[in-house]
Amino acid sequence: MTETTHTLDARGLNCPLPILRTKKAIAALASGEILEVIATDPGSVKDLDSFCSQTGHEMVSSEEADDGFVFLIRKA
Amino acid sequence: MNSTAPVIDMPTKDLDAWFNQRFDEKMAEREAGHTPSMTIIATKGTLDMAYPPFILASTAAALGWDVSIFFTFYGLSLLKKQLDLKVSPLGNPAMPIKLPEGPSWIRGKELPIPTSIMTLVPGFENMATSMMQKTMDKKGIARIEELRELCAEAEVKLVACQMTVDLFDHDQDDFIPEIHEWVGAASFLPRALKADVNLFV
Repeated sequence: MTETTHTLDARGLNCPLPILRTKKAIAALASGEILEVIATDPGSVKDLDSFCSQTGHEMVSSEEADDGFVFLIRKA
Repeated sequence: MNSTAPVIDMPTKDLDAWFNQRFDEKMAEREAGHTPSMTIIATKGTLDMAYPPFILASTAAALGWDVSIFFTFYGLSLLKKQLDLKVSPLGNPAMPIKLPEGPSWIRGKELPIPTSIMTLVPGFENMATSMMQKTMDKKGIARIEELRELCAEAEVKLVACQMTVDLFDHDQDDFIPEIHEWVGAASFLPRALKADVNLFV
């Protein structure tokens, strides 16, 4: 798997900021690169899924960790 | 009939099946090349009602949609350079009145006073506004200024109603320069006609 070199800390932010920050962060990546997003907003689990299916990016993994929800998203 | 046209020699059943398949393919093609679009009409100028248009617009823009918001009547004040938005308990019976500070059991409790009574207390609107703002800040909810900036950055078209400015004698210089255009209903409706989603807030 490609190594994650980009991390977005969206902890403490609420809807729709995690999505907006993710969109901004992913725009700066090259296609195929992976962005790690850490969020505490429980709504971000479904919202980031929906974001990926709408924009074509791939949700590589989505899991709950001690410090929040951790998502790995591969840029399309 | 044109003599060069191909002769379709197929049982009706097969022809139907062929047509259905082609139709589905074409529709899928069209869907894939289509950029979703949304138009929102924002008519309210209170702190609480400022959120829906900006949240929906910025999120839709993040999803790659083409978005316009038409600000009319009190909604126009959401485009002022200096935002001074308030929330009113008046006519807002569902508004929970809760303390923004204190232990969670206190914050979770609704104060048992009808909003219609609270409104009569002088200065209550300002207090309710500052309580709401404090709660929002603590919960990591974006400020309207920030959401508005994000919308402008994401190329959400902020469209202002010309008639409202004239009606209320507003000064165009009091509004943010990011405004895409000043128009009337006749200019906005054709855009709404083409949009996939139309919302009135």
